Amino acid sequence: MVQPEQADARQPVLAVRDITKTYGGVRALSDVSLELMPGEVHCLAGENGCGKSTLIKIISGAERPDRGEIVIDGVAHPAMDPAGAIRSGIQVIYQDFSLFPNLTVAENITLTSAVADGKRLYSAAALRPAADRIVAELGLDLDLDADVERLTVADRQLTAICRALVHEARVIIMDEPTTALTHSEVARLFALVERLRDRGVALVFVSHKLDEVLEVSQRVTILRSGRHVVTAAAGELSPAAIAHHMTGREINEERVVSALPIDAPTVLDVRELNLAGAFEDVTFSLRRGEILGVTGLLGSGRTEIAEALFGITRPDSGTVHVDGAPLTGHRIEDAVRAGIGYVPEDRLTQGLFLEKSIADNIIAGSLDRHRSRSRLLDRARVRSTIQSLFERLKVKAPNTRAVVRSLSGGNAQRVVIAKWLATQPKVLMLNGPTVGVDVGSKAEILEILRNEAERGMGVIVISDDAPELVSCCHRVLIVRRGRIVHELAGDDVTVSRIQDRMAA
Amino acid sequence: MSTATTTRNAEAASDLLRRLRGPNNEGILALILIGLVVVTSIANPTFFSVPTMFAVLRNSIVPLIFALGVLIVIISGGIDVSFPAIAVFAAYSTVRAAGDIVDPGLVGAFAFALALGALLGLLNGVVIARFRLPTLIVTLGSQGIFVGVLLTYVGSRYVAELPGSLAALSKTNLLEVSSDGRNAFLHVMIVPAVLMCLFVSWLLRRTMFGRGVYAIGGDVEAARRAGFPVVRIQLFIYVLVGMMAATAGVIYMIMGRSASPRDMAGSELDIIAAVVLGGASIFGGRGSVLGTVLGVLVIQVIGSSLILAGVPSAWQRAAVGGLLLVGVGVQAVAARRSARHRRVVRTEEAVA
Repeated sequence: MVQPEQADARQPVLAVRDITKTYGGVRALSDVSLELMPGEVHCLAGENGCGKSTLIKIISGAERPDRGEIVIDGVAHPAMDPAGAIRSGIQVIYQDFSLFPNLTVAENITLTSAVADGKRLYSAAALRPAADRIVAELGLDLDLDADVERLTVADRQLTAICRALVHEARVIIMDEPTTALTHSEVARLFALVERLRDRGVALVFVSHKLDEVLEVSQRVTILRSGRHVVTAAAGELSPAAIAHHMTGREINEERVVSALPIDAPTVLDVRELNLAGAFEDVTFSLRRGEILGVTGLLGSGRTEIAEALFGITRPDSGTVHVDGAPLTGHRIEDAVRAGIGYVPEDRLTQGLFLEKSIADNIIAGSLDRHRSRSRLLDRARVRSTIQSLFERLKVKAPNTRAVVRSLSGGNAQRVVIAKWLATQPKVLMLNGPTVGVDVGSKAEILEILRNEAERGMGVIVISDDAPELVSCCHRVLIVRRGRIVHELAGDDVTVSRIQDRMAA
Repeated sequence: MSTATTTRNAEAASDLLRRLRGPNNEGILALILIGLVVVTSIANPTFFSVPTMFAVLRNSIVPLIFALGVLIVIISGGIDVSFPAIAVFAAYSTVRAAGDIVDPGLVGAFAFALALGALLGLLNGVVIARFRLPTLIVTLGSQGIFVGVLLTYVGSRYVAELPGSLAALSKTNLLEVSSDGRNAFLHVMIVPAVLMCLFVSWLLRRTMFGRGVYAIGGDVEAARRAGFPVVRIQLFIYVLVGMMAATAGVIYMIMGRSASPRDMAGSELDIIAAVVLGGASIFGGRGSVLGTVLGVLVIQVIGSSLILAGVPSAWQRAAVGGLLLVGVGVQAVAARRSARHRRVVRTEEAVA
């Protein structure tokens, strides 16, 4: 029996060679190769649609490559199957976590390894200690008996991580692991990653948040349009260089905010808004053309404030004025009629009809505005609205008939924004507008927000991505424990100030 | 300090309540069942008697076996409306073969019916699993085909006398109890029904196949990624449902002492209603044998009590429909309340 510890340290634990994969004539990957050393953290970067996800699916056995091979411990395989990959010690933590919402945390953690072991019988009691052990080992506070559908996003991710670790994983691939996490949770995740690395586990990080990933990665591989661009030590690449390799162009992440006219009228005025258990005494105003950032830790109340303004929840007290007129009623319809739009955190399930076309999605919120005198839909105006927004927001799709599910994260977000712009809102609130969106699209989405603000809309960006807030916001409100504790404006809006005030 | 204790007590109480209620509201359903029995017994004391109880159980046997099959399909996120067609196909063909060709004996007859049921179930499974088609449409189509083939090739004659091996069981009772001068009989076919309940419960809770059924119902893509053999599990689900339907069909004909190719048609919605009432989620991923048993019993008790009360049978269907809406409504309200609860807990944690 070969001792794995004594194996040559330079032998890759996993390698893919010359992988090519075509989907219906579109080449998702061409001749991509990648080597993973034991104990290394490897960052796999690239824009949406560059082939990262396809590569992960091929490694995990969810897809078969057309050409190329997967080499594990020196043994070449033409393709993997999911159970086989797990048996070989390859674990993928998908962006959507791929958990079973109807099963408990303990079951979710242990079930996959039971499948991989080829078990026929199942005993929750026999598997339970393994789940207990991993949760204790990682020092987590997870309710093992709760159904996963009742967990917060961060806890779901922790469940997915536990599931990957409970089986002796040698390669862990994390697809966008930090997306749903706050700063302190990310720090905890990275501490965990360091410990796994010491155990000789190889990790692949797929991420858009480059600054974070560079902290823990030793090497970086960048894909663009299904091709391998560069693999280099993390220290040799600056964030700017990575962004350049990813997009093939220069990306500007500088702070770009327009000068607001001094007499810009107030478009949204919120006074002493309270909701027990969520937030207290929330007072702020937003001027026309202004982009206001709202930030805070997950659970600080930042989302709850937006949801109350949009009528999803009903505040206990307080007043809201839109363009000087009081907002009466606390239903979503009332908010929309008053001119408030809201792009939710989870746009895939809450903001889009995934199986419908781009055109249907863009027009979905504003059909009432497109009626002719006979109360029927005015087809010509509907078409022109769809086409002009499609072009104004530069949605990358063959045409407006494309199904939204086929779009990348950045383009799906553009469609949600377009849907709201079609209603011509006075105030647009966006929750995590660039979550799961790549650098290139991110810069463009922020540019869209700047442009729409210039046209006279008030924009609220709710986000814990400090660089993003710095890049586009005139002012930033910091929410802690349901209260607005700081307001940063002008030159005070910097990444370090935001992060300090958020965590303090 | 005292508030903390109160909260803890409240938590413990709500925990106990939750445990009593069961993961799929089985507790509530049990309460409804008891309430029904009590109310009917007060209104009509003859209801509360051993003969009535045995009659309700007897009437539950066939629906229960069907419901167990449907439960598995519903947990896996599908829906099957072809099981009455499979049942009548397998059972009627068995009766005809045994009567016209050679009587294979009780075991032989069941084996033949099970094989037919498995085959028809496999056809459903292949189409559903290989081509990933919607289960409702596939089984809607296949049930038409099954009945058509049965009527054309096997026959449409009403069989008034079952072959000897099956007929022998028709009048066999497990228990005879005389009370108040009346004799009550518990039919022997309650035995296979109970055994199948135990079997399905074990299958769902204690085997990886059972976990796979829940996993597929929870998220099919996640199940595939976790390495569950999704196609194989789906094939097996429909084969199993076919076999259970065949068993129910043969038992139906044994207990009815006759066989007609038009038996059982139209029973599918009552069965699905019982399963959903029993707490199985129509979206898949949730459901239990206990809930299904209670669901079937509630529907049977309502049927019997309405008959006793002299309510026209048309109203029984309305009652079942109403109850189904109540069952689904309770699920929806509970889900919404837990979502709100979660929000408050989350913010409290953040504020704490």
